[in-house]
Amino acid sequence: MKRVMSLVDLQREETYIKELTEDRPIASLPFAGRYRLVDFALSSMVTSGVRNVGVLLPENKSRSILDHLRSGKDWDLARHHKGLFYLPPVRPENGEKASDLRNIYYNLNFVENSNEEFVLLARATSVYNIDFNKVLKFHLDRGADVTVVTSKAWHSDPCSGLIVQPEKNGRIRDAAIKPELKEGEYRSLGIFLMSKELFCNVVRYAFEHGGTDFRRDAILKQATGLKFYTYIHEGFSARVCSTPAFYLSNLKMLEQEVWQELFMQENAPIITKVKDMAPTEYKEGAQVKNSLIANGCEIHGIVENSVIFRNVRVMPGAAIRNSVVMEDCVVEADAEIEQVITDKEVTITRGKRLRGAMNFPVMIGKHITI
Amino acid sequence: MKTRCLAMILAGGQGSRLGVLTAKVAKPAVPFGGKYRIIDFPLSNCAHSGIERVGVLTQYRPFELNNYLGNGNAWDLDGREGGVFILPPYARAKGADWYSGTADAIYQNLNFVEMSDPDYVLILSGDHIYSMDYSKMLDAHIGKGAEATIGVIRVPMEEASRFGILDAEPDGRITRFTEKPAQPTSDLASMGIYIFTKDFLRDYLVEDAKREESSHDFGKDIIPKMLADGAKLYSYSFDGYWKDVGTIESLWQANMDFLADEPPIDFGGHWRIHSANPSLPPHYIGPEAEVSHALLNEGAVVLGTVAHSVISSGVRIGKGAKVTDSVVMPFAVIEDGAVVDHAILGPHTKVEPGARVKGTPDSIAVTGENEVVKAAG
Repeated sequence: MKRVMSLVDLQREETYIKELTEDRPIASLPFAGRYRLVDFALSSMVTSGVRNVGVLLPENKSRSILDHLRSGKDWDLARHHKGLFYLPPVRPENGEKASDLRNIYYNLNFVENSNEEFVLLARATSVYNIDFNKVLKFHLDRGADVTVVTSKAWHSDPCSGLIVQPEKNGRIRDAAIKPELKEGEYRSLGIFLMSKELFCNVVRYAFEHGGTDFRRDAILKQATGLKFYTYIHEGFSARVCSTPAFYLSNLKMLEQEVWQELFMQENAPIITKVKDMAPTEYKEGAQVKNSLIANGCEIHGIVENSVIFRNVRVMPGAAIRNSVVMEDCVVEADAEIEQVITDKEVTITRGKRLRGAMNFPVMIGKHITI
Repeated sequence: MKTRCLAMILAGGQGSRLGVLTAKVAKPAVPFGGKYRIIDFPLSNCAHSGIERVGVLTQYRPFELNNYLGNGNAWDLDGREGGVFILPPYARAKGADWYSGTADAIYQNLNFVEMSDPDYVLILSGDHIYSMDYSKMLDAHIGKGAEATIGVIRVPMEEASRFGILDAEPDGRITRFTEKPAQPTSDLASMGIYIFTKDFLRDYLVEDAKREESSHDFGKDIIPKMLADGAKLYSYSFDGYWKDVGTIESLWQANMDFLADEPPIDFGGHWRIHSANPSLPPHYIGPEAEVSHALLNEGAVVLGTVAHSVISSGVRIGKGAKVTDSVVMPFAVIEDGAVVDHAILGPHTKVEPGARVKGTPDSIAVTGENEVVKAAG
């Protein structure tokens, strides 16, 4: 992996996940009780041995991401040589529009000045634990020009995405950006591997010919004549760019095999910012079934089929079912929530009842008291 | 380089009364409370008290402890000039010696003390569970113009003979100190926490090192000598939770103390206990699990029943397994149908399907690191 540098792209369209991204990019969405989405791309890079990581910051809302990543120390990326680099966007001028391609283009210097041969670009919107050494080996074995990492979708999704049709050996027969995704399709996890030279060429050409979208203008439009392959990731993955996908993917963490494969791989943990939260306290009356519970919680009531983030209090007689409850929330005595997503610091006061549906969970925004 | 107050943590003891739990690690590295190790408590106290330079004196089985401490980053003790310094016995031109007592350990590191150039030296031990603001004790030391200040706590009179007991005047001036007295004259016990004005301490350590009949121990030799000389020794009263966890029973009991409705220390509060931890996901509670009155840490999987127990990182509790009144240390595995009651399971213990580890409140069952418990028959 000494031959590979990487870019983490935090810019992403948020149309389908507006409620959760009002003051944060998708990359810093809380996930699985204690993580933020960016942790998955970054951890896979670091545990695969990548030591030179550029983080392409979004146009705005970068506070939460900077607070999370800081010096990169938690990922062993605070280094004298290489390590973590923040690549801020250049302010658009003359009516130009901000875009991921523009962001990459104006930071190409960073790529060109690095001495690695390959560039791995990953968008921080997917959940996975991938050994990128295997992706590099695949890329080299096939003699590919561009390798995109995909996996089979386990649910349909209203959010647009890059779909590929692979041949047996992984060569891509056709690739297209579809407005919505169906179960069983091979969808991109937003991970692209190519030589540094090709990367710089396609980015420069695309942007200088009016392009705005990396996938469309730098990859798809220039794919003709290139050896375009897909590495199909067989382990668990989720693409979190719509509210339903966020909800379903969190609940998917309750499956033991998924939990095990994603988080408990020897030498390949998912790393996140350390907060030194105390172990969770189970009190008199606690009844917890099939749930993922982070540290720092205090549980007096019922929790079923739910993901509970750090420092949540579930008071006596309260019940949480099929829900995703983020950090610092309180569900007061005898309150009940079902099929609900609560953002951080939400309080459900005594005796209140809220119920959504599995395909349409009720979403409660940050700091709200019900 | 100037340091106001240098802390020295005595972490070299074998902790032989902890039996198999310290067969492979020093006592300060023994896990506690589901997430911590004993040494996290004095280290976190130092970090929160504004003490930025800490020497850790190690001797017995130091590797795991050294590995755990690393560069001190987990406790924010990795500043440019501060930090955690691991101080094992070392060889000099005239040979090498093990640390023969608590005072000797500091004496052998006087070079390090002088290099740090502190005004005051805080001596701590690595075997107590407590949260304490040492800066207040230092203020008291300075305010009274003391040469030595000893942290004290009131203990039940019937237990007093297990401690170093001291008599003090109403203003705190210490008049008498007796290590483990048969007939205690007061209930003020030394916590093994001392602040010394540095030059004063150095002179006594140098003098004590020359005395062949000395056991080179703070409680037995240094403090009594200072008192005999009429030095200004004061007590500093601490009234929070403080627990010596030097025996299996006291380690078990201290863990159980944190299952109370109001735990004696808020691990995650403003005086947060820091620790160095592997990156593990939130714990998972299975569809048929039952968990109550318990502390659970990250990475654990519970498919069976847990009641009144402390479950550490990465522990697995299988279907139908039952864990009651126990402390399960990191990465222990309790397989389907196994029973664990009134026990401490050491790290990576494996209790096979249907096997039992049963103790009683008076005699806690213990397993050592990597021990495998097979089912009877």
